[in-house]
Amino acid sequence: MADTATLPNKPKTIVCDGNEAAAWGVVLSRPDVVAVYPITPQSSLVEYVSQFIADGTLDAELLNLDGEHSVLSALQGAALAGARTYTATCGPGLAFMFEPYVRTPGLRLPMVASLVTRDMLTPQCVWGGQQDAMTVRECGWIHMYCETVQEVLDTTIMGYRIAEHRDVMLPVNVNHDGNYLSYGVARAELPGQAEVDAFLGEKNVNWHAALDPLRPMAIDPLTGGSGGPGPSMFVRYRKGLCNGMQNALRVIEEAHADWARLTGRHHAPLVEEYRLDDAEVALVTIGSMTGAAKDAVDALRSGGKRVGLIKVKTMRPFPVEAMARALSKVSAIAVVDRAVSYGWNTGPVYQEVLGALYRARHMIPAISVIGGLAGADITDGHFARCIEMAFKAAATGQAPDGPVWINEND
Amino acid sequence: MKPAPEAIPNDLCPVATQLTTLMPGDWRALKPVVDRAKCVKCAVCWLYCPVQCITEKPAWFDIDLRICKGCGICARECPHRAISMVEESDG
Repeated sequence: MADTATLPNKPKTIVCDGNEAAAWGVVLSRPDVVAVYPITPQSSLVEYVSQFIADGTLDAELLNLDGEHSVLSALQGAALAGARTYTATCGPGLAFMFEPYVRTPGLRLPMVASLVTRDMLTPQCVWGGQQDAMTVRECGWIHMYCETVQEVLDTTIMGYRIAEHRDVMLPVNVNHDGNYLSYGVARAELPGQAEVDAFLGEKNVNWHAALDPLRPMAIDPLTGGSGGPGPSMFVRYRKGLCNGMQNALRVIEEAHADWARLTGRHHAPLVEEYRLDDAEVALVTIGSMTGAAKDAVDALRSGGKRVGLIKVKTMRPFPVEAMARALSKVSAIAVVDRAVSYGWNTGPVYQEVLGALYRARHMIPAISVIGGLAGADITDGHFARCIEMAFKAAATGQAPDGPVWINEND
Repeated sequence: MKPAPEAIPNDLCPVATQLTTLMPGDWRALKPVVDRAKCVKCAVCWLYCPVQCITEKPAWFDIDLRICKGCGICARECPHRAISMVEESDG
């Protein structure tokens, strides 16, 4: 546990795990209301936040509620009343949160919620995996995946800037891998409070639906049906949400650029291209696995192999143009997923990448690799084998039929 | 700093500022009709009506059709078969 006796008014360096980094990001973002229900591997995150509130480091209302459904429902009310809000969950907790979860984007409530990603039941497991977050990728929340402890801290703060932008007004999930990032300890730089205050600007989260005694209103009335103004009105709100998502692509880039100016820390906002410019093949990765994947790329580069890497930071909205640009540089890819698309018998990121390849009119062999399920490690050795498969696919023009399960024979 | 209501885009959070009342009687399919000759004011319909829309008249019980949703429980329970359910017509 870090020293919580003083507010981090000045920038300073700490050593912490990803859950504590997220909690510091929350402290610096100054939410008014935090509602929580603990669940592995998120538990220590909300314990850190609770401790910060108990110590007076963070001046916020803390709601310990009876379950995740209540947690997010309470935050909806708080946001409509004008509060900046925060929660965190994962796995079965996220499943229990699902009903208010799907309602939040349509209400256009700019919350930030960490998903400390955990593999989904069943078999019963409590370890990392991205099946929970990938399962809810089509609900209208912005999804950003972090690679490092520092990126967790920085993205939590940037999340509020993105969510509350008037062209976006959408909830943001800041996702970090259970176990590998939640408990992995690293050095992290804490920005100063004044810098973060200036970066986030004036808080105003309910300007679009503020309750006003002079203007009585009902929030979320029955809308739609087959007659009268219903159908066109429903389409208007759906399109509004889609437009907010598309606007988020620009706002995410702007937020990352401003953050880099403020702190000197550059995180790729949408997709990161790593040693890609003269690459023949590339790995596509998401989340904390990227560190080991970059090590594998570096090792093979030392041996003269022309290999690069494309990392997905923003999964929702999907940055199809940025991904298409990156993919156009290579002639074969291996997409490594930490989740399964049961419907496609591939990983979910793989299907998104295929869509981007079509957009780029770039028909290259693409391998679906699935690994790191339920806490399994994806090592640099695994990634070296993936790269080898990609080179073979580039040479033959053929990708394996069906996914490669990299922990199958560990 | 809140923008004026007319300056808020109309494709964000769904908000209703015009409230209209929809009474149960506005969407009823069958309406109860009391045969005053058969009604003995036993009040069984009054006891059973789930929306409490039975009203007392000098010599019979009648139905408040603004509130009645047409469920037909009164007609089913009336021991004198004094209530019949009649299909609503438009208008």
